[in-house]
Amino acid sequence: MAGEATKAIDTSTLWGGGRSPFSVSYGKMMMWFFLISDALTFGGLLVSLGFMKMKFADTWPKSEQIFYHFPGTHAHLPLAYVALMTFILIVSSVTMVLAVEAGHRMDRKNVILWLGLTVVGGIFFLGSQAWEWASYIAGPDGDLSTWADNASLAQNPYFAADGVTAGAVHYTQFFFFVTGFHGTHVFSGVVINFIILLNVIKGTYEKRGHYEMVEKVGLYWHFVDLVWVFVFTFYYLI
Amino acid sequence: MERDDIIEYSLDSHHDEETGKKIRKKIVFVTVLLTVITAFEVGLGIIAADFAGFQWEMVKWTFIVLTLIKAAYIVLSFMHLGDERKSLRYVILAPYALFLIYLMFILFSEASVLFGIRQLLGL
Repeated sequence: MAGEATKAIDTSTLWGGGRSPFSVSYGKMMMWFFLISDALTFGGLLVSLGFMKMKFADTWPKSEQIFYHFPGTHAHLPLAYVALMTFILIVSSVTMVLAVEAGHRMDRKNVILWLGLTVVGGIFFLGSQAWEWASYIAGPDGDLSTWADNASLAQNPYFAADGVTAGAVHYTQFFFFVTGFHGTHVFSGVVINFIILLNVIKGTYEKRGHYEMVEKVGLYWHFVDLVWVFVFTFYYLI
Repeated sequence: MERDDIIEYSLDSHHDEETGKKIRKKIVFVTVLLTVITAFEVGLGIIAADFAGFQWEMVKWTFIVLTLIKAAYIVLSFMHLGDERKSLRYVILAPYALFLIYLMFILFSEASVLFGIRQLLGL
């Protein structure tokens, strides 16, 4: 890309004041700083998940034996549904990056199309997460109404990998904390994307002369996808 | 009120149709790559469901490496960090990496000790 950030500017001009030494706008840099702090929170959560996994290595359930449900079928499909959720989020990330690209061409129609699809993708992800929570809480018997053997923060109805020993309670605790915290981010991302979509439709950024706001919310949305990539690996796969 | 002390940067914020085509091509490539890696991970997860010991260690590290590849593509390509100035790239990535490596070192060495204690005391 031939822009300010790829231009060779000598250090004394760059850092001499009166301009951004990073060649980014204030808003974009602050979005990055916010994302670092948010990433630290998620990093802390996932590293402590790893801590508990190692501490209770003998009683930690194996996710391949637990996540095998798929809506509309009784077939044994390990991880298929989680993979579908991952795919939905990746696709909505792609539509987001296409919206940003269309914004760079000042192509309002395509920004509306792609940003709209991103919102739809986010809603689909939240919907699938609701289904996943319901089937996870129901426990091994798949019955949500039998409270005594449901998954909760205080109770893990799933067995360890050997199928006999009771699983560590941290397994369900981290499920609710990690996917819940991520789901909250997805929800706020959908809301923010929707607000920006309304602005695009109103023509706010057309008047402003650039679609950098789409890029900034795009950063947040990609970050949400990025976190899910790590959650997928460290909660479900390993 | 119009402020004139703020320099409005909307850098790299416009490109023509030609560049757009190239960028879209790259987006499609990254999409396919991310999907293929995810599908491969799921397949491997199913095959390796009852692996143990050294075999499982190998699978685990494959997952971690593949995840880092996916993350790198998302951050550098989708979030355009690869197109930003080098100084910004390092301001964002270096402190984060440093802190997380430190945290992992502390917590994981602690965890393996605690696992040993649990085994020893039968907790």
